[in-house]
Amino acid sequence: MNSYHLDHLQYLETEAIHIMREVAAEFERPALLFSGGKDSISLLRLAEKAFRPSDIPMPLLNIDTGHHFPELNEFRDRRAKELGAKLIVRKVEDAIGKGIAVPRPGEISRNQLQIPTLLAAVEEFQFDCLIGGARRDEEKARAKERFFSFRDSFGQWDPKNQRPEIWNIYNARVNPGEHMRVFPLSNWTEMDVWEYIKREKLQVPTIYFSHQRKCVRRNGQWLPVSDLLPPKDKEPVKELVVRVRTIGDIISTGMVESPADSVDDIIAEIAAARVTERGSRADDKASEAAMEDRKKAGYF
Amino acid sequence: MPHTPHPVEILRLNTCGSVDDGKSTLIGRLLYDSKNLMEDQLEALARSADITGGGQINLANLTDGLRAEREQGITIDVAYRFFATPKRKFIVADTPGHVQYTRNMVTGASAANLSIVLVDARQGVTEQTRRHTYLAALLGIPHLVIAINKMDLVDWSEDRFLEIRDEIESFIPKLDVFRDVKFIPLSALNGDNVVTSSKNTSWYQGPALLGHLETVHIASDWNLNAFRFPVQWVNRPNNPRDPKLHDFRGLSGQIAGGIARQGQTIIVLPAGLKTAIKEIWTYDGVLAEAFCPQSATLCLADDIDVSRGDMIVGLENLPGCGSDLHARICWMHQRPLQPGRKFFFKHTTQTAQAVVTGLESRINMATFEPEPEPPALATNDIGVIRLKISKPIVFDGYSTNRLTGSFILIEQGTNATVAAGMLSAPTEAVKPEYTDFAI
Repeated sequence: MNSYHLDHLQYLETEAIHIMREVAAEFERPALLFSGGKDSISLLRLAEKAFRPSDIPMPLLNIDTGHHFPELNEFRDRRAKELGAKLIVRKVEDAIGKGIAVPRPGEISRNQLQIPTLLAAVEEFQFDCLIGGARRDEEKARAKERFFSFRDSFGQWDPKNQRPEIWNIYNARVNPGEHMRVFPLSNWTEMDVWEYIKREKLQVPTIYFSHQRKCVRRNGQWLPVSDLLPPKDKEPVKELVVRVRTIGDIISTGMVESPADSVDDIIAEIAAARVTERGSRADDKASEAAMEDRKKAGYF
Repeated sequence: MPHTPHPVEILRLNTCGSVDDGKSTLIGRLLYDSKNLMEDQLEALARSADITGGGQINLANLTDGLRAEREQGITIDVAYRFFATPKRKFIVADTPGHVQYTRNMVTGASAANLSIVLVDARQGVTEQTRRHTYLAALLGIPHLVIAINKMDLVDWSEDRFLEIRDEIESFIPKLDVFRDVKFIPLSALNGDNVVTSSKNTSWYQGPALLGHLETVHIASDWNLNAFRFPVQWVNRPNNPRDPKLHDFRGLSGQIAGGIARQGQTIIVLPAGLKTAIKEIWTYDGVLAEAFCPQSATLCLADDIDVSRGDMIVGLENLPGCGSDLHARICWMHQRPLQPGRKFFFKHTTQTAQAVVTGLESRINMATFEPEPEPPALATNDIGVIRLKISKPIVFDGYSTNRLTGSFILIEQGTNATVAAGMLSAPTEAVKPEYTDFAI
């Protein structure tokens, strides 16, 4: 590679920075979705690169399902403070209380209930754009999504009627009540994200690294024992050395048995992995079109 | 996924061809044979094979992600796939072959280094083959691969391969130039010449598809000749904690051509103000030089009025500037384009209004000849138009620079993206009346 050539991470970085600046320039009230997970941690570094020495010109938004890993929320709050960014948290619990989100009878998962909570936050703050950390390599429905993904006034995605996206010219126009979801990491893979975390020396929540945890075996996965997910009667509980590969809610995130306790170890582990990242997420396995259906309804 | 600890290049490619030419199968095969598929993806494939495929695994199901596609057995939108080998990383846009989905092909191919056009060896060259090859040329894709697929169904006939190659070569010279064109005989279904060379094509001396993708020379695909910097965002810290930043005024953007150097004299267009680059600021420190397509924040030597949409250029190879423009477009909307209509015009980082003042011609996709003065352009038509823009635009011809020579048209009201445009080279370079701040 000559000196006037970018390597893959530099290429992905400049593409993402360009997208972030388009958002800042074209939208009146954008927000950046920040969960404290590895993808949104990378997004925040990209925001620093796009906007420093100025402040990041948009608030951070997180939808708290009430089922988050405590380590994640702690990291989220600390990182927002370090960056001097404004963090807005809206809770599924409160949305249920107000009748904005209504659980189905017997429904324990908060996954679906994030949707109305998120859309209510969009309405409350009149956000016209949300930047998210979704990647096209995660899942088949995401693989078809644009960088600038239009949402109608109901927050819905229409996969058959997406705006053509040509060169690096993004059509950011929305009418009142509509909004845009923008995904600067669209072209990044799981490996790219970890390589970027390594290159940028970014901190990540401790649950990504190997630790001891009590787990129960359900549907072919090791789920972490917690107050929300106590062992059933006579269900065997195992103390395992595990880490998370992808973070969802604490009641549905499969723990991976792993000795990886550094970013280098994680990169080596992913390189040798035989299953994809979302292979450990129960929410995606529900049906062949699980993600497509959630996205159409306004999911992240 | 195969991983290499040292940095590698990214190659962006797209696949196109007629329905059932086997595009999705080819991508599935590339991923499968290069060991980029995971167990749960294979499991999911097996699951859908049990449900819909009568038990047979269908590699096309890897890319045909949406429910409607699986039901109809077609690809309805651009799907992006990622794979890696120790030599390169690849971003693949799988673009559909239906006539009505040319807009998706344009979406998938516009950023590509390389296009793969699939041809069914039994069918030979179809109108779709010609259209996709033409579009790849129109979009200025530097590298072209013609993958002649289903060779197993024509008994691996070299004669058939040569016949198709000759037919394509006979119309390629009519198209704008590709940097290189490679013809590869293969079977996506069986994996011949996809990742490994086939025993069935002893008459073929070239590389398998993957070997070509790993080695084709892409280092000079970006324009490094003429400095172009569309100002994207004015970077002025509010109440900076660091007192040194009180006077910081940076112009943030992505370099769209050439190289910027600290100390270099530049002109801000269209105003024509001349000054120098004082500093190339980045989060990772100040740079002595930066090049296309890096993102950077430029601080100028003089405090002049610059805003989003302005273009900073070097003194050499000046761009054109004007409000009467001439362009080829791909029309992508169901409502036909008629002259006189008004649109939003987005070019680099600025949006203006534009009126289509004339339709010069429509390209006949069978002959690639222009038909003069059509009454309208329909969906998926390619045409040459004239535009009047509400303000002067600083631009290059698309064949010189894909980033400063391209634009989109947006319908007012619906905000739909209705056209992709490629500007003709300016008839003369801008002659700014310098206001020289250095004096």
